[in-house]
Amino acid sequence: MLVTGVARQLGGRFVRRIQHDPEVDRVIAVDAVLPEHHLGGADFIQTDIRQPTIARVLAESGADTVVHMDVTGTPLGSGSRATVKETNVIGTMQLLGACQKSPNVKRLVIKSSTNVYGSAPKDPAVFTETTPPKSLPSGGFAKDTVEVEGYVRGFARRRPDVAVCVLRFANILGPTADTPLASYFSLPVLPTVLGYDPRLQFVHEDDVIEVLRIASHEPARGTLNSGTFNVAGDGVLLLSQCSRRLGRPTVPLLLPAVTWAGSLVRTLGMTDFSPEQIRLLTHGRVVDTVQMRDTLGFRPQYTTAETFADFVRAQDPGLLPPRAVAAAVDRIAALPALSGGRTPTKTPTQSAN
Amino acid sequence: MADAKVIPFDDDRSRGAAVQRPARRRAAGSRRKGGGEQAAAVREPAAAREPAAGRESGVVREVQPLAGRIPAQEDVHVTRENPETGVTQPPHDEAGLEQRVARGLAFLRRRLTGDYEVDDFGYDEELTDQVLMSLLRPVYEKYFRVDVKGIENIPAEGGALIVANHSGTLPLDGLMMQVAVHDRHPANRHLRLLAADLVFVLPVVNELARKLGHTLACAEDAERLLGQGELVGVMPEGFKGIGKPFGERYKLQRFGRGGFVSTALRKGVPIIPCSIVGAEEIYPMIGNAKTLARVLGIPYFPLTPTFPWLGPLGAVPLPTKWTIQFGEPIPTDGYPPEAAEDPMLMFNLTDQVREQIQHTLYKLLVQRRSVFF
Repeated sequence: MLVTGVARQLGGRFVRRIQHDPEVDRVIAVDAVLPEHHLGGADFIQTDIRQPTIARVLAESGADTVVHMDVTGTPLGSGSRATVKETNVIGTMQLLGACQKSPNVKRLVIKSSTNVYGSAPKDPAVFTETTPPKSLPSGGFAKDTVEVEGYVRGFARRRPDVAVCVLRFANILGPTADTPLASYFSLPVLPTVLGYDPRLQFVHEDDVIEVLRIASHEPARGTLNSGTFNVAGDGVLLLSQCSRRLGRPTVPLLLPAVTWAGSLVRTLGMTDFSPEQIRLLTHGRVVDTVQMRDTLGFRPQYTTAETFADFVRAQDPGLLPPRAVAAAVDRIAALPALSGGRTPTKTPTQSAN
Repeated sequence: MADAKVIPFDDDRSRGAAVQRPARRRAAGSRRKGGGEQAAAVREPAAAREPAAGRESGVVREVQPLAGRIPAQEDVHVTRENPETGVTQPPHDEAGLEQRVARGLAFLRRRLTGDYEVDDFGYDEELTDQVLMSLLRPVYEKYFRVDVKGIENIPAEGGALIVANHSGTLPLDGLMMQVAVHDRHPANRHLRLLAADLVFVLPVVNELARKLGHTLACAEDAERLLGQGELVGVMPEGFKGIGKPFGERYKLQRFGRGGFVSTALRKGVPIIPCSIVGAEEIYPMIGNAKTLARVLGIPYFPLTPTFPWLGPLGAVPLPTKWTIQFGEPIPTDGYPPEAAEDPMLMFNLTDQVREQIQHTLYKLLVQRRSVFF
């Protein structure tokens, strides 16, 4: 088995986990940079998947399963956005070319993202795998994933003997996740778009590892693990709920101001506040996971809310920790003035926000 | 915990309404999912106050934790409010007020800590029931004095598609229909409205619409909701209906392409025609500033006798008297599965629904004494 993108936390965890499976004889871990974490005895080969050498690596290893995890939104370390895009798109093209030449490859798993659906007010509330997006993502990581999926579809047509599984992950969160959304949620004050409360869906990193495992093995009885699947935890959280559970205050800004602030922050290189990120935080995105349950036979261990709770536990407490807020409300309840019978008329309006 | 009495937060109304509809109020209280936790949260603040309250009256009861200070004479009320007696007393006294304060704070606490749930469409049932509905209800009861007929035509459970006429420049008719279904239906059903895409483009409006349970008018969303057994409301006239001039009032416009019929056919749910009288006259649209509308990117810019001449004051709707009549359901489950693809059948059914709504509209208009009473 060949795994790309192992220098990232998620790739590293997957490589460590997959070696415990009896079906796996040998794991070849590939990345352009040396991982900081250990890979649990996997053979690490430092190669850039943008270079044709990946074809030689694949041919020499004789891998029958390729798990492509090097499709990511954020640069590792001090890379630029251009490098990320090249790794995503050119890297995928090189890897697919290598797979096409290799007669051994029987299975290909691609880590994609629900970003392919874009995020627009005119979209249906819930995306299924077949929903065509109303507005194609114009740039950034979302466009990368659309292009990657396009190449993968072409590959699947040319090599019908290879089982291709595209996993569209919702926003990955967890104690160690280093996704753009995780860095957004670790801001001390969350900038939001005034007048919009997007619906968000999360998937826990443990579930990501698990579903990648299911996809990279022979399918279990009664399931099928080739095709395209949305992967997300059950349920939905609104951004306002997230900020309250996280205990971080929000600063609602007008949409143009957010776009401007986003580009400023991006220029300063503090966090990846890309346009598609802003679109997500404006209109939100929810996907349907019936295919994942029924066809792939995967049941996530964490719901969206549990994933977020797990993420919150690993974060520093915010400026307004929910517990302190709850205690403050309780203190108001304990005020003798209130028990004297004054109606808090402002209560309903306050909570409407 | 089961004996803890939970009265909905929006109890302002219950002073007048509890007498007429005690069953409904109770049902709402017991149906509420968070009922248990709510009561639990109510008790917590009381625990903090316990020493003070105990000093004064020496009595801290389980069921009425916040009633520690009330005079003994009012205990009668409290016991009468016990669920075992089955009578909900309007909370006239201090105890009731305190209880409301406590409930309000428990609600506030849950909202501020994010401890509530929304569904996949962003529908926030708690917020809708306790805040947004309470804001709409005075408009519904006092301002438009909505008369509801034929509520028994809405099934107590399972999916159904309510098809209504659309009018009034601003989509107040949809909101009033939502309140009507929720308040008048014995099962307090929630109506999930399908709204135009413009609603989801506008800031603030889209947020409120999602929280009220509305979603985009598209076949995918409608089918998903009907598949979940929800009651879905649609106004197929769309902008043609809501933005028509005053002279054409109560003349139904074309019903889109009849997509709602094929959706209902695919899901085998009944279609319930609904006629709304009164909404046409709230903003008599005598003109349409088309150029301004194009500049603003909206389908029409209404000119009424008062708007925009009187500024924001002109945007106050006229206090017309409304009637909402739900008609006989049209079953769709008798058709074969391929019927949804049959254009002839679709047009026939669309016409049938349209005719029925138009007919009922005329009948209601004949019966109406005056626009305002």
